[in-house]
Amino acid sequence: MDLNIAGIRLDVTEDGYLTDVSQWSKEIGQEIAKNEGIEMTDRHWEVISWLQEQVKNDVALSIRGIKKSGVIDIKEFYALFPKGPLKVSTKIAGVPKPKSCI
Amino acid sequence: MKNLVILGAGTSGTMMANHLVSKLPKDDWKITIVDQYKTHYYQPGFLFLPFDTYTEDQVKKVGKKFIPKGVNYIQKKIDKILPEDNKVALEDEILEYDLLIIATGSKIAPEETEGLLGPLWKKDIFDFYTFEGALALRNKLREWEGGKLVVHLTEMPIKCPVAPLEFAFLADSYFTKKGMRDKVEITYVTPLSGAFTKPTSSKSLGYLLSEKGIHMESDFAIERVDNETKEIVDYGEHKIPFDLLVTVPTNMGDDLIERSGLGDDLNFVPTHKHTLQSVEHENIFVIGDATNVPASKAGSVAHFQAETLTDNILLYLEGSQLKEEFDGHANCFIETGHNKALLIDFNYTTEPVHGTFPFAKIGPLKLLKESVFNHWGKLAFRWIYWNMLLKGIAIPFVSRNMSFKGKVLDIKKN
Repeated sequence: MDLNIAGIRLDVTEDGYLTDVSQWSKEIGQEIAKNEGIEMTDRHWEVISWLQEQVKNDVALSIRGIKKSGVIDIKEFYALFPKGPLKVSTKIAGVPKPKSCI
Repeated sequence: MKNLVILGAGTSGTMMANHLVSKLPKDDWKITIVDQYKTHYYQPGFLFLPFDTYTEDQVKKVGKKFIPKGVNYIQKKIDKILPEDNKVALEDEILEYDLLIIATGSKIAPEETEGLLGPLWKKDIFDFYTFEGALALRNKLREWEGGKLVVHLTEMPIKCPVAPLEFAFLADSYFTKKGMRDKVEITYVTPLSGAFTKPTSSKSLGYLLSEKGIHMESDFAIERVDNETKEIVDYGEHKIPFDLLVTVPTNMGDDLIERSGLGDDLNFVPTHKHTLQSVEHENIFVIGDATNVPASKAGSVAHFQAETLTDNILLYLEGSQLKEEFDGHANCFIETGHNKALLIDFNYTTEPVHGTFPFAKIGPLKLLKESVFNHWGKLAFRWIYWNMLLKGIAIPFVSRNMSFKGKVLDIKKN
């Protein structure tokens, strides 16, 4: 599937996740967030960078990881990205959402 | 004389003992395997125990039976690994090793979730990842009169990631057969974005939940169990009520890994995902559920790993470069109830595919599609496990790396 953001054609999965992290930019993240009804603040971006760093280092993303991140606690994570914060924040960060084997 | 020590005589450890006993020269190597428990459980059977499909005797045997002659079997508690000294401290003796294999598996850690071990534990809240839990749940189900059944998984990774979903499917089948399906409301609760998280699976299998009338709650990261109101509560204060909660608690590696300072947050050992060598110590290798590799924690995975690991240990001992061979291959049956099952085949980079297995076009097993034949395959697997898999006998026509013959790649690689 394709998605057009800020005049750039992006490859995305059926549920709207970028398939190529290198296509990501802050502008694109901003637009995805807007579609999810989220107004991005510095605090949001801090979390997004942390998530991207984890993925780069091959660390599986989980709520437990958030708890131990030292960047944010879980309550705030829910406040910033309501309703399934990992699902929403990974989409904005341009990284794959956590998956199971099927 | 050199020492090779295997910690854990579960699926992985037992397979490695059987592989290595015929490969290492007897005059040069002494192989020792350590496990504190006498019983070897057929863990896939724990899924069937609660529904009275299997009996207790069908899922357990004396572990010693599967340890080959020529391997020294020690039934003692392991205190600690001392990697700097190449030693393992047991409860009352010290073993020295030249090469160590960690196969200590994973276990449930219900204490990680607040309230899970409260007054309702083993009364209205059960696990089925332990023999005792599955048995207690069987006794509960035999007399349960219905209500809200919540099937829940706490967090990833878990052993056999599809088991909770299979449990929900089999519960639908079980209560239908008992003539009380209308009295039971089944809800499947997952911290992930859905029951199926990969595009091909959700497309081809998404119908299963609605067909069976199973409700779904996704993105549910549990914070606590409220024993008074009988609800599970997530970090966003979303509450799901239950009369009977069947949960898969957090899975963690053995405490011994933590005591030895060798694990990550969940006590899994950082392991090279293609060679199975420990990241930190070159004479330590790790296999099965004990590793942190991003493959499924499952017996089939351990079986494929064992073949690569055997080759790599021999290469390591002769000073050659290790093969970066293991591809995350998994091959799993998924029970869907009413005597049908699915079969999935995938690896680190390829999502479950359609097609036939193990023979192109012929099958007889069908991938990603429900069939009665697949269900027979799952039941037959118990025999294969005890008689072939544990003994390290290769399963005919099923290779350690994923094969693409007869498979339909209808999706892109990850």
